[in-house]
Amino acid sequence: MAYIKIPTPLRQYTGNQAEVAIRGATVDEALRDLVARYPALAPHLYEGDDLRSFVNIFLGDEDIRFLQDLATPLSEDARLRIIPAIAGGMSF
Amino acid sequence: MEIVLPRPAEEQALAHLQAAYPNEGGGFLLGHQQDGRVIVLDVIPVANVFSAEEQYHRYAMRPEDWMALEDQAEARGLTLVGYFHSHPDSPAVPSDYDRLHALPNFVYLIVQVDQGAVQAARAWILVEDRSRFEEQTLVRSDAGGSWQIH
Repeated sequence: MAYIKIPTPLRQYTGNQAEVAIRGATVDEALRDLVARYPALAPHLYEGDDLRSFVNIFLGDEDIRFLQDLATPLSEDARLRIIPAIAGGMSF
Repeated sequence: MEIVLPRPAEEQALAHLQAAYPNEGGGFLLGHQQDGRVIVLDVIPVANVFSAEEQYHRYAMRPEDWMALEDQAEARGLTLVGYFHSHPDSPAVPSDYDRLHALPNFVYLIVQVDQGAVQAARAWILVEDRSRFEEQTLVRSDAGGSWQIH
């Protein structure tokens, strides 16, 4: 089983668990498993079928964009983490 | 929901945002949530890493900052309860850009800074379906108690 750490604002959708066990051979499979187990997470992680642009996924200390992105393979004891990209600004 | 903001934390956040003017500034709110209230206990200013020429209307922080500060907050028995940022010479109202990058259950404290001086601070939370923000009641507190301004 791999594990994924949930950011504070989304923990209410995982029964207030900070870290949950998930299954998957790749990051993509593991994230799909996560939202299958906790469907209320889906609208905040995905836009349609794609991961939202402000959602960063780290494997250990590495952003998966610098690995093989969603195709990054996972070991049995992999530790993933969801990190929201905080951004804001005026309308124009 | 009530957002309780102690005066020293507010002063620290506002000083950071005034110093950032005419660019946007921001940072995290640390604290905890209990009995339908968010209690802010500390603020951590975080550098704006948006490209320099866009910082007058955009703010962003590195994901590594979230990761480190979430770990630090938890080590102190706190959680990240929200983030604050400024809108220079613009109302303290969330933009569509803010909404697209927001999460629910997280306080967005937006501060209007006009010509380097703070004009207004308002607190918002994204609704569950992500369609809009709802304004929250911001309560300033000090050692002698608390009072409500919105």
